[in-house]
Amino acid sequence: MSPKTLYDKIWDAHVVDTQDDGTCLLYIDRHLVHEVTSPQAFEGLRMTGRTVRAPEKTIAVPDHNVPTTLDREKGIENEESRIQVEALDKNAKDFGVHYYPVSDIRQGIVHIVGPEQGWTLPGMTVVCGDSHTATHGAFGALAHGIGTSEVEHVLATQTLIQKKSKNMKVEITGKLRPGVTAKDITLSVIGATGTAGGTGYVIEYCGEAIRDLSMEGRMTVCNMAIEGGARAGLIAPDEKTFEYVKGRPHAPKGAQWEAALNWWKTLKTDEGAHFDKVVTLKGEDIAPVVTWGTSPEDVLPITAAVPSPEDFKGGKVEAAQRSLDYMGLKPGQKLTDIKIDTVFIGSCTNGRIEDLRAAAAILKGKKIKDGMRAMVVPGSGLVRAQAEEEGLAQIFLDAGFEWRLAGCSMCLAMNPDQLSPGERCAATSNRNFEGRQGRGGRTHLMSPAMAAAAAVTGHLTDVREMMNETV
Amino acid sequence: MDKFTTLTGIAAPMPLVNIDTDMIIPKQFLKTIKRSGLGANLFDEMRFTQDGKEIPDFVLNQPAYRNAEILVAGDNFGCGSSREHAPWALLDFGIRCVISTSFADIFFNNCFKNGILPIVLPQEQVDILMEDARKGANARMTVDLEAQTVTTSDGQSFGFEVDSFRKHCLLNGLDDIGLTLEKAPAIDRFENEAAQARPWV
Repeated sequence: MSPKTLYDKIWDAHVVDTQDDGTCLLYIDRHLVHEVTSPQAFEGLRMTGRTVRAPEKTIAVPDHNVPTTLDREKGIENEESRIQVEALDKNAKDFGVHYYPVSDIRQGIVHIVGPEQGWTLPGMTVVCGDSHTATHGAFGALAHGIGTSEVEHVLATQTLIQKKSKNMKVEITGKLRPGVTAKDITLSVIGATGTAGGTGYVIEYCGEAIRDLSMEGRMTVCNMAIEGGARAGLIAPDEKTFEYVKGRPHAPKGAQWEAALNWWKTLKTDEGAHFDKVVTLKGEDIAPVVTWGTSPEDVLPITAAVPSPEDFKGGKVEAAQRSLDYMGLKPGQKLTDIKIDTVFIGSCTNGRIEDLRAAAAILKGKKIKDGMRAMVVPGSGLVRAQAEEEGLAQIFLDAGFEWRLAGCSMCLAMNPDQLSPGERCAATSNRNFEGRQGRGGRTHLMSPAMAAAAAVTGHLTDVREMMNETV
Repeated sequence: MDKFTTLTGIAAPMPLVNIDTDMIIPKQFLKTIKRSGLGANLFDEMRFTQDGKEIPDFVLNQPAYRNAEILVAGDNFGCGSSREHAPWALLDFGIRCVISTSFADIFFNNCFKNGILPIVLPQEQVDILMEDARKGANARMTVDLEAQTVTTSDGQSFGFEVDSFRKHCLLNGLDDIGLTLEKAPAIDRFENEAAQARPWV
């Protein structure tokens, strides 16, 4: 038998049917659902008299539209947002799927809730009408975003029509330097490969620096696989994975745990398996990075200066000029001279407990810059509770941050958490597109520690300088 | 889903690279629970000022391109979120075909589910089509899905690749779910076997 990649193994275990032209029907183990991309799919089921084939494998939670202010029990002011969340309440009830409503402490961003509750397990296929479904790949699950038509298809059939992607290996060798995090890895990979570098591929991340990451860090890396164009990102499960999963509410128990573990341990790429594309970065070469433009590929080390459009080729010249105009930046300007109005810590990329710990470590005993707007939005109600228990919430509050309830919030600004035109934000989220955080808003992506540092100084800051201060 | 067979229409040039789904349909329009009516807000923040006035420079606001049915776009069109609102907005505006050197994966899939044909061609051919699109409303491009060709207004023709199953579905306007439900016995069989092999799932 020829050697297989991890992706090959998970794929092969889920093929229901193969047509002559190679089009496959792939079985879906977990279907995660949120309020924005599902109403039309449930409506489609109603119109055709179809049901949800496997409600026990379908998990719904509202996250994009929910208010994150502490008065949330008052309800959602925006009528359309309210209708969308109410539609999910009704659809979850009518079709009998698992549901975490806004009032449930387990509510949060769907990609944080899934792993937290043990719905996401190694070797599974996981889909959601959301591009950041790639997050779940951190468990060695084949996980990717789908459109609403496909949401309806999965609801009705528990399968997806798919053609297999190619295999890509992204290896991060050696150790990371102090101040460098999972976010810096994933942004640096996109900076190196471009936002279309992964198109047509499923990426397996490997190497010592990836192995050294916690599960939270691995989720951050896989989360942004989509920003590199890949269908999915994967990391082979190991002891850290099993440790994280064990005991979670929906993880297997007893004899089933042992059986699962036996299979999960086989989920790794065989020696000599073929990758169609290989990218290798040295861990020690990765610096704390920020984005300067309006594409996640516009990544530079914090020590660099804003580039000039002439530094690029082809269509990117015009795009870079447009980005600079939009971002209000001049070529040659030092990145650390860029002043920040707002700091957003949260999102499915960096809204987990470890992210909050990293930000709090920088903020402890410090205050945010006068006039700065800063907020922390935990990824789930349980992350929020844990951060309060660990004393992190108090550190944020003492520093001058707002301490919010769980949701997607300012990552995509579908709820009232938005930037105003020209407002510049240091954000731990995943997209710096034009208008992403609010029309005319200017987003710089970075790690939680870097965002915390910017909150203190009022400008983009090399977190390593602040770490030296505290040592 | 409407069939897609041949299309002869105005093509609008959008040479910008990395046009993302937030540009195609900004998030404030994702709050709908319907599929229809999104064309009015296609490319909203590029097309309209904050107080709702048309931005005259934007290609789809120019008289020649108001009735465009084809977009010729820069690399990596449709990157970003999985929102199917992006193809819904394009379709509602009247766009049935997008031509680029590359597309983001989820957007590409979503197009086929909505009767929109995304065509991938090499840079030099996209450059020629971009020039043809710049000629305006008198220059009509023709897309023939059966023959897998795109023809410029002056008769220059390029062949393109398309997945045979997707082509079949587009040509016949077929509903995926209906096709898959015909395979229900195979899904039943898979589920039974998987329940034995991986009972914890």
